[in-house]
Amino acid sequence: MRRLFWKNVKLKVMKKTDSCTIEHSKITVNDALIFDSQSETFHDFAKEAYKKLEISYPKFHKMDNLSKLAFLAAEMILKDEDHSRTAVVFANRSSSLDTDFKYQESINSQENYFPSPAVFVYTLPNICVGEISIKHKMQTENAFFVLDEFDENFLNDYAEQILLSGKAEKVLCGWTELYQDNYKAFVYLLTL
Amino acid sequence: MKKEIYITDYNCITPLGLDVSSNWNNLVKGNSGVALHKVIENQEAFYASVIDTEKLDREFRNKFGNQDFTRLEKMFLLSLKPLVEKHPITEETAFILSTTKGNISLLKNQTGLPEGVYLSNLAQKIADYFGFKTKPIVVSNACVSGVMAIAVAKSMILSGKYKDAFVIAGDEVSEFVISGFNSFQAIGTGPCKPYDKNRNGINIGEAAAAMYITSGPCEERSDEAISKNENVKFKVLGDSAVNDANHISGPSRTGDGLFASIKSAMAEAHIIPEQIDFISAHGTATLYNDEMEAIAFNRMELQNAPLNSMKGYYGHCLGASGLLESIISMESARHEMLIPSKNFEEEGISQPLNIIKENQPAKIKYILKTASGFGGCNAAVVLEKC
Repeated sequence: MRRLFWKNVKLKVMKKTDSCTIEHSKITVNDALIFDSQSETFHDFAKEAYKKLEISYPKFHKMDNLSKLAFLAAEMILKDEDHSRTAVVFANRSSSLDTDFKYQESINSQENYFPSPAVFVYTLPNICVGEISIKHKMQTENAFFVLDEFDENFLNDYAEQILLSGKAEKVLCGWTELYQDNYKAFVYLLTL
Repeated sequence: MKKEIYITDYNCITPLGLDVSSNWNNLVKGNSGVALHKVIENQEAFYASVIDTEKLDREFRNKFGNQDFTRLEKMFLLSLKPLVEKHPITEETAFILSTTKGNISLLKNQTGLPEGVYLSNLAQKIADYFGFKTKPIVVSNACVSGVMAIAVAKSMILSGKYKDAFVIAGDEVSEFVISGFNSFQAIGTGPCKPYDKNRNGINIGEAAAAMYITSGPCEERSDEAISKNENVKFKVLGDSAVNDANHISGPSRTGDGLFASIKSAMAEAHIIPEQIDFISAHGTATLYNDEMEAIAFNRMELQNAPLNSMKGYYGHCLGASGLLESIISMESARHEMLIPSKNFEEEGISQPLNIIKENQPAKIKYILKTASGFGGCNAAVVLEKC
C-alpha cells in the first residue's frame, strides 16, 4: 500500500521539461523567441524556418503542412537526443482537413479526376506523428486525438497513464492545429 | 489493487445485420457483406462491403423517427442506442468516438468546410443526442483507431477521471476513401483474400460498433446465465500501440511496431504466447500488410494460435474495423466457436500462421486483437473472457 501511495504522490509531480510554441510566424522554445519571420503564409514560414534553423532532412519538403508544423515543433524539443523511450501524444481540432480539402478538390470533377497517393496518405492526422517517429527512430507508443479545443488536462492524463504503465519514460505531448494559414503548435515533453 | 476494466456490452451495425446476433448468425453461415458496388460515377464498380441504405433508413425511422442526420450519424446512433438504454450516463461517464474520416462525404464540391466534417462536431452531435455530460474524446489514428479506442477507455478509467465509458467507432464507404486507396493500387480486383497466395488488395467496408466499458461492479449473474454464456464480460488485460518509425504508407518489413505492440500488451496482461487462444488479426489482404503481420506474429511465437481476419466478411472498415472485430472475437469466445478467415485457400506468406479454415468449436479465454495502419501505427489489446 505504501508503494501505491508514493506512486500517487509522484504522479502529481509530472514534470514538463521543455516546450515549443509555433504561431503567428514565430517559434518560441522554453519562452525564448528563437525564430521570427515576416512570411504571411504557413508554407513560406515553414520553408524559411527550415533554412534558418539549419534542419537537414529532405523529406521535410514532401510533408503536408500539418506534418511540417508538428515536425518543426518536435525538432525544437527532441533535438539529437535518444528518444527510444519517448511516446508521442498529439491532438488538434481540424484533423487533416487542410489536406483532405486539397485531396477532395482533386476528385471533385469527373473531367479533372486526379487522385494522388502522395496527397491521400496525408489525409490522416496521425501521419505527422509517423513523420516525427521516423525522424527520431521512435518505435514508441503513439496516439492522435481530435478535440474541439486544446485540453491540456486530458492530454496530460493520457500521457500520465503511459508513463505510469512503464510503456515510455517521456511523452512528447501537444496541440498541433492547422487549417490553411491558421496554425498553432504547442508541444511539450513530460516525464514523471 | 489496480482497477480492473471490463467490457460488459456491445453492439454493431454492418451489412450483415443491425445487431450482434444477426451478425453472428451470418458469420457462422459464412455470409459476407462484400459485393460489387458503384461508388464513383463514371468508373467501374469496386468490391466493397456496404450497408443497404434503404434498410438503414427504415431501421433509423423506426427507432428515431424522421430526424435529420447523415448516413454515418445514423449508423452511430443505431449502434449506441441499445447500450445507453441499459447503462446510465453519469457525470463520470466518458464518451469516446473512433473514426478515420467521419462525415468526409460532406466535403464534395464545397468551397469551404461544412461544420459536419469536423470530427469534434460529429462527436458532439451524437453526445448531445444521448445526453452525455462529459466532453467527447475523438480517437483518429488511421486504421488502428478502433482498437486504440478500447485502450483509451481503459486509460481514462484508470486515471480516475471516469468510472465508465461508451466507445463507438464508425466509418462509411465514400468516394474519398475508395479513390484514395485505388490511387495506391491497394484495392483488390475481387473479394479480398487475407493471407492467401492470390491476394491482391483490400475491399473497403463500412460499419459502426459500440461498446460499454466499466470498472464498476458488474451486475450479478445467475449460474445459468454464466453457463449459457448469456452475459458479456471480458476483462481488458493489456494494450499497446507502437509506431514502426519506418514509412508513412508502407508496412514495416520487420514487423517491428506490431511485434512491440503485442509484446507490450501481453507483458501488461501478464500473458505468455502459449496462453493466447485466438488472434483476431488485421489481415487487409494487401501483399505487404499480411506479410508484415506473419513476421510479427512469428517473432512473438504466436504462429500456432488460431487466427483469422474479418476483412473477407466486412471489408476494411477503417476506424470501425478494430472495434467491430474485437466484438466479433468476443462473440467467438461466447459461442465457443472459431470462425474461418474467409476466402483463405493457400498460404501466401513467408512464415506460417495457424489460419482458421472452417467453423470449429473452441474454448477461448484469452483473445489477442491487433491492427496496423498508415503512419506506421499498430495496436494490440489482450482480452480475457470472465
